[in-house]
Amino acid sequence: MLGFLARRLLVAILVCLTVLTFAFALTRLAGDLAISIAGAQATAADVEIIRKAYGLDRPIVEQFFDWVRRAAVGDLGQSYFFKEKVSKLIADRLPITLTLGLVGLTIALTVALPLGIVAALNESRVVDRLVSLVALLGQAMPSFWLGLILMITFGLHLGWLPISGTGTWQHFVMPGIVLAFSAIPALLRLTRSGMIDALASDYIRTARAKGLSRASIILKHAARNAAMPVVSIAAVQLGFMLGGSIVIETVFALHGVGFLAWESISKNDFPTVQGVVLLLAIIYTLLTLIADMFNAVLDPRLRAS
Amino acid sequence: MTGWRNWGLWLGALIVGTTLLVGMFAPLLAPHDAFAFNLSNRLVPPFWMEGSKPEHFLGTDQLGRDYLSRLIYGARISMLIGVTTVITSAIIGVTLGVIGGFFGGRIDDVVLFAITARLSIPLILVALAVVSLVGSSLTVVVMTLGLLLWERFAVVARVTTMQVRTLDYVAAAWSAGCSRSHILFREVLPNILSPLAVVATLEMALAILLEAALSFLGLGVPPPLPSWGLMIAEGKEYMFFSPWVIMVPGLSLFVLVFGINLLGDGLRDLLRTGRTA
Repeated sequence: MLGFLARRLLVAILVCLTVLTFAFALTRLAGDLAISIAGAQATAADVEIIRKAYGLDRPIVEQFFDWVRRAAVGDLGQSYFFKEKVSKLIADRLPITLTLGLVGLTIALTVALPLGIVAALNESRVVDRLVSLVALLGQAMPSFWLGLILMITFGLHLGWLPISGTGTWQHFVMPGIVLAFSAIPALLRLTRSGMIDALASDYIRTARAKGLSRASIILKHAARNAAMPVVSIAAVQLGFMLGGSIVIETVFALHGVGFLAWESISKNDFPTVQGVVLLLAIIYTLLTLIADMFNAVLDPRLRAS
Repeated sequence: MTGWRNWGLWLGALIVGTTLLVGMFAPLLAPHDAFAFNLSNRLVPPFWMEGSKPEHFLGTDQLGRDYLSRLIYGARISMLIGVTTVITSAIIGVTLGVIGGFFGGRIDDVVLFAITARLSIPLILVALAVVSLVGSSLTVVVMTLGLLLWERFAVVARVTTMQVRTLDYVAAAWSAGCSRSHILFREVLPNILSPLAVVATLEMALAILLEAALSFLGLGVPPPLPSWGLMIAEGKEYMFFSPWVIMVPGLSLFVLVFGINLLGDGLRDLLRTGRTA
């Protein structure tokens, strides 16, 4: 177990270092940063001043190690546009993105778990077909378009929910639904196949032989076992959802990390973009790490490999 | 069982095939110039609404451009993005996956690490940042998506190669003295193609959705090109008064991606039943 843990942790740290390098290279390889920051009207002299001021005249290797050293202690530099520390900008907005992610995940699980179980219980029948059709339809829905349709329907015509902004819990309902759509198909399929496997297993046969009621077999035995992989995939899905929230936060003007990333990309504010890329990568890595641990605790066979 | 699934496969093939043909023959099919604007003829509603004009079947956009013509050219862009992105990412992913699965050991560790690292990078955010830095154009969008979407190809190619490597006919080829490249290209690759075809449909759907999202956010295909995502973005301002401006391109996008997914699902089932039979 300890060996597995150490190996997994080492990979996670290496991944974070790779992303760190990638985030740095991303903004340096694309062109001259000083020219981008200075803007279209800047003269050559202006560009030189900016190059010096931001330390872009130093050797690239020196800049890189400087960035890694600072990032390692949580200093992501100064935002060019917001004139604030990137770490503070992110910390201020992270709660909104996390709330959105958790709302989205809760909605996704509330829809996917029961539907997946119902589909498995009716395997290959009409209900099962309908559920997989729902999954396919959900998968094909462009999130930003769904967001706009919800805005027109629930915001404008019915007037039930606010169209954009961050103020109250109602502001999270529509973005949460849209975000949930991206996770429902995968969670649904996994619940369905896990449940089908569980229903066909020996312990269910034993439970049936013992004369337990159908409801008890389905809920206590099969569903519990089928839910385990779903929970760990849910953690990974949450990571993807936080990354995908950039589109949804922009559509709904929800001022989270995604919206921050969008603003900083359009303002050529590279330290902030780098910071958000790094943060999302670290959160994703942590979530997969937790999911792996969870699986290893549940399934001793995994630890050995 | 097969009846319903085959129905899905055929419907998917029909949707994708039609879109492909429409895209290919866009200049012949478009009733008007998709780029010519006419400010006196702005936001004409489509045929099912009052005030529509017979010469503009799906109405006109905020600049008076014929919506049907733009939609037809948009199909061309979506299919172009879908196909070229899949080719780029398949080359990267399959190469990595086959190498990892075939050689195993340290080489496989590196491939696995590359996949893990790629998965941890937030897709849309990085794509937006790259397009914003390099400048938006069709080529940049295709290259960016192609370089980011290879991981599922790699995962599937790696696992299937591992399975195929241990099969009898590969062992037979080894003992017959075939070269390593012969075994890779003649024995392994042809036998992992069918699961990869399913991945290709998934990735194509994802690429088309991502392009639309990037274009919607203004960092994808640059105007005046009629990408469906861009059409939705341009129509956004008018959507509360004329919702059809976002419904028409959005529905097209939805139907196309749904068709690709149906095709992929149908293929998967076809392969599964083929294997067990």
